[in-house]
Amino acid sequence: MSLVDALTETDHDTDKTPISERGPAPVEIVVAFGFWLFLLSDIVMFSALFAAYAVLSGQTAGGPAGPQLFDRMNVLIETGCLLASSFTCGLFTLSIEARNKPGAYLWAAVTFALGAAFLAFELTEFTRMIAQGAGPTRSAFLSAFFTLVGTHGLHVTFGLGWLLTMMAQVATLGFQPMVVRRLLCFSLFWHALDIVWIGVFTIVYLGAH
Amino acid sequence: MLGKLTWNAIPFDQPIPLIASALVLVVLAGVAYIVLRRGWFPYLWREWITSVDHKRIGVMYVLLALVMMVRGFIDALMMRSQLALAADGAPGYLPPDHYNQIFSAHGTIMIFFVAMPFMIGLMNFAVPLQLGVRDVAFPTLNSVSLWLSAAGVLLVNVSLLVGEFAKTGWLAYPPLSELAFSPGVGVDYYLWSLQISGVGSLLTGINFTTTILKLRAPGMGYDRMPIFCWTALASNLLIVAAFPILTATYAMLLLDRYLGFHFFTNEAGGNAMMYVNLIWAWGHPEVYILILPAFGVFSEVIATFSGKPLFGYRSMIVATLAICMLSFMVWLHHFFTMGAGADVNAFFGIMTMIIAVPTGVKVFNWIFTLFGGRVRFTTPMLWSLGFICTFVIGGMTGVLMAIPPADFVLHNSLFLVAHFHNVIIGGVLFGAFAGYTYWFPKAFGFTLDERLGKASFWCWLVGFYLAFMPLYLLGLMGATRRMQHYDVPGWQPLMIAALAGALLIALGIFFTVLQLMVSIRTRDRRRDLTGDPWQGRTLEWSTASPPPAWNYSVLPRVEGADAYWGMKQAGRESRDAPADAEWEEIHLPRRTSVGVVLAFFAVVAGFALIWHIWWMAIVGGIGLIGTGIAHGWRTEHEEEIDAETIAETERARRRATT
Repeated sequence: MSLVDALTETDHDTDKTPISERGPAPVEIVVAFGFWLFLLSDIVMFSALFAAYAVLSGQTAGGPAGPQLFDRMNVLIETGCLLASSFTCGLFTLSIEARNKPGAYLWAAVTFALGAAFLAFELTEFTRMIAQGAGPTRSAFLSAFFTLVGTHGLHVTFGLGWLLTMMAQVATLGFQPMVVRRLLCFSLFWHALDIVWIGVFTIVYLGAH
Repeated sequence: MLGKLTWNAIPFDQPIPLIASALVLVVLAGVAYIVLRRGWFPYLWREWITSVDHKRIGVMYVLLALVMMVRGFIDALMMRSQLALAADGAPGYLPPDHYNQIFSAHGTIMIFFVAMPFMIGLMNFAVPLQLGVRDVAFPTLNSVSLWLSAAGVLLVNVSLLVGEFAKTGWLAYPPLSELAFSPGVGVDYYLWSLQISGVGSLLTGINFTTTILKLRAPGMGYDRMPIFCWTALASNLLIVAAFPILTATYAMLLLDRYLGFHFFTNEAGGNAMMYVNLIWAWGHPEVYILILPAFGVFSEVIATFSGKPLFGYRSMIVATLAICMLSFMVWLHHFFTMGAGADVNAFFGIMTMIIAVPTGVKVFNWIFTLFGGRVRFTTPMLWSLGFICTFVIGGMTGVLMAIPPADFVLHNSLFLVAHFHNVIIGGVLFGAFAGYTYWFPKAFGFTLDERLGKASFWCWLVGFYLAFMPLYLLGLMGATRRMQHYDVPGWQPLMIAALAGALLIALGIFFTVLQLMVSIRTRDRRRDLTGDPWQGRTLEWSTASPPPAWNYSVLPRVEGADAYWGMKQAGRESRDAPADAEWEEIHLPRRTSVGVVLAFFAVVAGFALIWHIWWMAIVGGIGLIGTGIAHGWRTEHEEEIDAETIAETERARRRATT
């Protein structure tokens, strides 16, 4: 049974015992469930940063405000890179399901490249703003901006490191159940970063006033 | 090379911290000498430090909490004796700078490094046993959590000798905690030690929520789960939902202090009240993270020693989850005086009063469980009865302060200090001791001395009232909290009474230590061979004391609430199973040093960041990442316990009981 089937298994199941009384769940489900909880906790952390941004977004202290600083075209391309990387991450998951090593390497490489491009756009934006004198120490608004967007960027950086590590694991250990579980967690993580970015894009960039 | 760290960091001119640290170092060196001399280290390393067994991790958490309780309590004694002396112009013996560090350290230690590890330790020990399973969902992660908590503890204690601790109170409100007003390393010690231990707590929350929801013995549906597991579930859900807020908030303050950001500063649009809001959005759930497992302990203890099923089991679950939800809707009552306006204050005042309703449901459930029961007044039961009386008083003073106009008068006074000690000592701490004496025989296979346990309880109970009832009065008279000296001579008698109470509590702590020593010495007389010394109702009492590493040779099959009681009623004891039964091999998680290694690098990185030793911070960071990656290549996660070992263990147990 494939992993996806294992996670969605209910209907072709003849056991009449309620799920809650069937005893300890298999390890795939336990790991995936625990990782979901971690993602939820991560999203709670982001929500605190979003709240701080919402409170401080008007506090420019006489310095530049969002519309003067953001290049929406750049951000749109940046967003496109990240969303496309989520799609290629999906293709990556399908290659893993098929235990197709070349496919997995290919889609991992494309996902990595798109994630790195996203980061490059972000870093360019940050350095440009700092060069203009609009660094995080300029005002509370910019402190909140750099922290919220930067924390997401750090997550993406961490994700890229994780992806490289996982490729090394696939190369050395092959598709062991342990490795496959971690790959599934990685893809959950990567998609969750997209969800957070949708919030950033909408609230920070489209909502700039 | 060493950043801000110079010889000036050692407080050579202050005898109190210097002598205290010297004493701690001597004790540590003595323990290390005995351990190495007797060759215990390999055993400790193999069986405890690298253990991933939830029972041992639980025991280590509780030990950590007990040691830190002594540390935090010494702080308390110093404050009480200072205030007994410093009346009417007298300066007392603690300079204000030192006094400020003491009350900040006392609060920080008691909440983060006593109450938290005590409760997490009890959950670690009891929850998998009560669920009838062999370990938590992520045993290695559990070890990481323990050692990250220990890393935080270490950093806090280092601040005693190297540098200083925060002088900002236990929540480090800005702008006082900003660099402009606290330029020293005290706040950095506070922030980094709590960031590190906070990650440990978050991982515990994820681990236990997953364990309780996904790993239960066959047949244990949600309506058959022991009530302690329900309260542990609620508590861990709160950890998952609240601790990330703390991490984010401290991260913002760190950015302000290290990189000149303006989240909470007075300049450039920073907003200090945002910190207060955020910290209490974590802080109020935190008090329920601590009290809910204590409620669970009391429920187990009262049901067991009344010889009755818990009254209103389902209403207890509903009340627990109601508190779990409501705990996120009351945070603003910690700062009614912020000036949010009458409407906002009224909302939070009413929500705070509403949270008393499920708590009241619980109190009545406990009383009705006692009603008509065959009550046995053992030590855990005394702690529980003392709790019911004391906690109700603390709860009522809380509801009093939930009325915003009353709070405007009482906030920041000793009345508030008396209130929260009333619920934390009378609730969390009594619960911790009830759980400690209740589960001790299960953990070690012999009971604790009842007479000394009761002596400890009475000292704590009477000492508590003597120490804190005067504080209510002083608060009403206008005495403020965090006060180093005062001019009103009339307050001194009450301050002296409070000191007497604290000394009585010190006697209680002495009896607890003595109880442990006496019980260990006389353990051969007090062996628990049945595994069920209290006539227990839940599954943990069905296995041996101490349980084997695998907890249950066969996973129990649960057929109702109070599963073990039901089995006994049906005449179905696990130890009565046929001796020639066919045993199957069991797979257990293998021990690992990854937790203690990660904690080591966390301490290195934390210390380096506190003292701005950047190269060392990089070393610590690389160590953390490198250890994590290297752990990823570990492929042998389990070891097998063969069927013969299990059969022999079971045979030995039968021989012992017959």
